[in-house]
Amino acid sequence: MQMNMVASINNALKLCMQENKDVVLLGEDIGRDGGVFRVTDGLLDAFGSDRVIDTPLAESGIIGTSIGMALGGLRPVPEIQFAGFMLLGFAQLVNHAARFRGRTRSGMSVPMVVRTPASGGVRTLEHHSDSPEAFYSHIGGLVVVEPSNPYDAKGMLIKALHMNDPVVFLEPTKLYRLFKQDVPETMYEVPIGKANVVREGNDLSIITYGTMVPVVNNVVQKRNIDAEVIDLRTINPLDEKAILDTAKKTGKVLIVHEAELSFGAGAEIAARIAEKAMYDLKAPIIRVGSHSLPYPFPGYENYYVPNELKVSKAIDKLLSS
Amino acid sequence: MQKRVFDGSIDYIQIMDEEGNIDSSLMPKDISDELILKMYRNMALARAFDAKALSLQRQGRIVTYAPLLGQEATQIGSGMAMRDSDFFVPNFRQHALYLIKGLPIENMFISLRGFEDGAKAPQGFRGFPVAVPVGSQVPHAVGLAYALKYKKTGSAVVSYVGDGGTSEGDFSEGINFAGVWKVPLVMIIENNQWAISIPRKNQTAAVTLAQKAFAAGLEGLQVDGNDVIAVYKTIRDAINLAAQNEPQVIECVTYRLGLHTTSDDPNKYRSPEETKEWERRDPMVRVRKYLTKKGLWNEETEQKMADEYRELIDTGVAKAEAFKPDPKSMFEHIYSFMPETLKQEEDDAAASNYWQQ
Ligand SMILES: Cc1ncc(C[n+]2csc(CCOP(=O)(O)OP(=O)(O)O)c2C)c(N)n1
Ligand SMILES: [Mg+2]
Repeated sequence: MQMNMVASINNALKLCMQENKDVVLLGEDIGRDGGVFRVTDGLLDAFGSDRVIDTPLAESGIIGTSIGMALGGLRPVPEIQFAGFMLLGFAQLVNHAARFRGRTRSGMSVPMVVRTPASGGVRTLEHHSDSPEAFYSHIGGLVVVEPSNPYDAKGMLIKALHMNDPVVFLEPTKLYRLFKQDVPETMYEVPIGKANVVREGNDLSIITYGTMVPVVNNVVQKRNIDAEVIDLRTINPLDEKAILDTAKKTGKVLIVHEAELSFGAGAEIAARIAEKAMYDLKAPIIRVGSHSLPYPFPGYENYYVPNELKVSKAIDKLLSS
Repeated sequence: MQKRVFDGSIDYIQIMDEEGNIDSSLMPKDISDELILKMYRNMALARAFDAKALSLQRQGRIVTYAPLLGQEATQIGSGMAMRDSDFFVPNFRQHALYLIKGLPIENMFISLRGFEDGAKAPQGFRGFPVAVPVGSQVPHAVGLAYALKYKKTGSAVVSYVGDGGTSEGDFSEGINFAGVWKVPLVMIIENNQWAISIPRKNQTAAVTLAQKAFAAGLEGLQVDGNDVIAVYKTIRDAINLAAQNEPQVIECVTYRLGLHTTSDDPNKYRSPEETKEWERRDPMVRVRKYLTKKGLWNEETEQKMADEYRELIDTGVAKAEAFKPDPKSMFEHIYSFMPETLKQEEDDAAASNYWQQ
């Protein structure tokens, strides 16, 4: 069936709730309102208010209680209304969700999937467009994923709900309704920790994820470039093998993400290539990201988020070096 | 042994009822009809601004907007109760405060067009920019109040939080600090009954929001937030107490007549009957009734005022629409100095033409 990402995530939640009665959803405005992006639309009516919980307005509370629920045998799926507000639950994630398994030597674990809309490009207000994947990846213990299409979103969410780990599930706001895809209505998993080779190529490798996948694809298609495009899908843990394989194959690597350039996931990817495939490179690695400053007000976002022209220029530079 | 160690109760105050009748036992002597007229005119300005913003948003000329419709009395009453030396620390819905405290209207529309530049206030302006993360402004207000007290300025801080915002940790932490530090703070809880789709009763099991003051050792009071006179009196009294380092919490009971923001559809979660009942309690209607009865207001004065405000607001919009953003400004106000690496990013971006796309 043709589905956009909102529909495919809704469908994944529904299937998982049917499959396992311990799956509960909680968050601000997710019940009656169906979520501000309507991702949880219809689920309150289908599963009742014990399983689709409209919470008070408190992100630390949402994530903290989810951790407790998980330790109590449930599989909570907290929704944080926007990634920028997840920082209020950051302490709970870093201090507790990331550590419970390790500090009890697997005696306890926190199976939960924190869903949140992330990244910008849709002229939202301040704090509604952040790309925080590097924060959550930095410490270890949290699985961090970001699908770039409806098919992957559904399969990865189902996979996440079948795992026994805390998963930060970033949903690119811009891609929620950007396009539809044929998505099976049945259960299926898309692996977590595995990158997707979107297209094979020989002249350069473009490693990307999230909102930048369609941007990169557009450039590559329009210009008919023989590029290998890798959609990471999972930020932590990185699919290092896929990264090194493509780096060795083409010898030229461009990394593109929407998050701020400095100290972003691109730095980690570049460092791993430098450590393990340096002598296979024919040119220095190039990173493209947003500028190294907080996401601006919406009037400036087109000057801030990488666009096709910026990606295109980086490709030129790499191909000519 | 068992004994009562704490007693707390919350009073509710209304001075002007929905029909424009005044409870003279509570009416301060110094509130003149002239002042009430000024309150009415200010509320009308807020409402005219609100309507303009909503219509510009629908035409795609500004970004997402959070309407204040129905909350004029809470905002104007409290804003007018402030002394010139006092500061306000808002959330994201108190547009009326900016209007009456001297932020140029063009600045407001520059912000609403999505440019930081609008938030650069004129020298001496005593208000903070909007705080989008709910509740996050409360500790700022407390810290500001501490600084004002430390510097012996005699100023107080009036801060605003929504009913939903009282559930955030920042709110509880903030007012708790205020109690321990005894700072000149008036914390206004602008209870408009809804936090997007979450009704007040699902936000907390507490009967009132004002009673949250008790846990922080502060005084709490509830006021009819649609009664501009009651709000004015209550906040003025609260400021006087706060200025003597007795921080206050005031819950203004009002109603969000419009949308949460222009991205919201209230039909999903609330009944038209409920909204209708609150339209009856419209904060402006009662004052207009009062002024009309007194022979101080009529169709003609209403029309004259509407024309005056239209021109004022349209001029602000025109100036804001003439504003041209400079992408370099993104880089130049991040630090007090320019890091070499950031300068490289700026120069590289300026030299490429992808900004011109
Ligand atoms: C920390 C945080 N979480 C979530 C949001 C999204 N959000 C914006 S306003 C709002 C509801 C606020 O309700 P309330 O405090 O009652 O203020 P009102 O909007 O009614 O004026 C929510 C959930 C936010 N801006 N900040
Ligand atoms: Mg509210």
